[in-house]
Amino acid sequence: MIAQAGVSVFDTLFDNFWVLLILKAGAVLGFFLVVPLVVGYMEHKVLAHMQARLGPMEAGGFHGWAQLVADGVKFVQKEDVVPAAADRNVFSLAPAVAMIPYIVIMVVLPLSASWFAVQLDVGVFFVLALSSVSVIGVLMAGWASANKFSLIGALRAAAQLIAYELPLVLATAAIVMQAGSLSLVDIVEAQHSYWYVMTQPIGFVIFMMAALAELTRPPFDMPIADSEIIFGAYTEYTGLKFAFFLLSEYGGIVALAGVASVLYLGGYQQLPGLPIPGPLMMLGKMFALSFFVIWFRATYPRMREDQLQHFSWLILIPLALLQILAVAFIKVAVN
Amino acid sequence: MGEQGERGIGQGLVKGLGVTLKTMLKPAVTVQYPHVKPDLPARTRGVIALKQENCTVCYKCARECPDWCIYIDAHKETHEPAGGGRARSAKILDRFAIDYALCMYCGICVEVCPFDALFWSPEFEYAEYGVSELLHEKERLEEWTYTVLPPPELEEGAEPLEEQAS
Repeated sequence: MIAQAGVSVFDTLFDNFWVLLILKAGAVLGFFLVVPLVVGYMEHKVLAHMQARLGPMEAGGFHGWAQLVADGVKFVQKEDVVPAAADRNVFSLAPAVAMIPYIVIMVVLPLSASWFAVQLDVGVFFVLALSSVSVIGVLMAGWASANKFSLIGALRAAAQLIAYELPLVLATAAIVMQAGSLSLVDIVEAQHSYWYVMTQPIGFVIFMMAALAELTRPPFDMPIADSEIIFGAYTEYTGLKFAFFLLSEYGGIVALAGVASVLYLGGYQQLPGLPIPGPLMMLGKMFALSFFVIWFRATYPRMREDQLQHFSWLILIPLALLQILAVAFIKVAVN
Repeated sequence: MGEQGERGIGQGLVKGLGVTLKTMLKPAVTVQYPHVKPDLPARTRGVIALKQENCTVCYKCARECPDWCIYIDAHKETHEPAGGGRARSAKILDRFAIDYALCMYCGICVEVCPFDALFWSPEFEYAEYGVSELLHEKERLEEWTYTVLPPPELEEGAEPLEEQAS
């Protein structure tokens, strides 16, 4: 069966709406439950070795491969504590609000020209819109916890999102201009001869920085700065709800690494002379970018709140605007 | 951002990445303890061993011990010399115990012992379920002597030991 670019493999195999719905939802959920855990395990191991440690070695027998599964089992067993002064409903809803957007982002991530759940003509817009919904969950968590550290953390997260959503969107806009499409599959197809990281390397750096900041990953982890505000918005969370927040963090890494590979690294496009199948190519790029995310965490100290804001408003945003200008200029000049 | 004196922008950032990457590629220093026994140096303060025949019951260790964790009981015996003359007295050690629940591993007893009856052993696996079981009587302390390691070689240029110098 020759896959046709832009048509999902599910659609070519089945045509019953309900079968398709269940299959697609199951596949996306499975992807969300497996890949972020692999990234989480990678973080355990890479971070450990970067600090001359071994990391988990016991769970599951071989190099602690089942550590995160064991952690999951532990989280399920824990008591579900809700602070007396907390707003119960908002408190309980917050982890879901933080996690679900990242699951939904994976609906549009193409693993190959036909391996995706849904092809949206406004895929990029969809992804960017969803990635900023997650912070509402963090805000809800911070507000509903009735804890000053949570509130500080949540407000920092919101301030950070406002500052870094802009360079993220601007960098993406430059890509969309070059590709001439908002669909993720079309953007990958447009990178058939060369990857956009070659034409927009600065945009790639801006995108990755902004993505890091949006995920509140070090060095932009001011909102959860554990040495000063305990764990930010997640301070009061225990058990499964806390696990959901953790999962949303790793899901976020996977989602944004996926989007970055689609936008800049040619998604499932193969390297010339390397006959690796497209989906593996895409996964490889996502893991490589996730490795960088972990690498930065191991290397850089946390940025101060004012440095963080300065970095976005005075460096990233002007650079991103210049990038757009340059792309627009070249696009008009070439055509 | 990365500006630092004469170094260019971002050079420190790249250098930092290099440090962590290099560390990652080097083997980890962790010893997988229960699976692999640690290779401890001879002077490790693991447990104090007692060589009973060297002990003269001078009580120096018990008196110097900062938290009084050494218990010594002894009695005096007199022996009539076969050739006649004044009876000689000797102290016989009845009990020598160290309470490791109290011991703070300062090593003063080992330092102060004038006849080399106390030694450090690197053995450390003697945890117990009850505090009272941490009281090691002289039989147990004697057993630890078999785990004492020979002292390490002197460093280059170090003063020779007193007993060797003379």
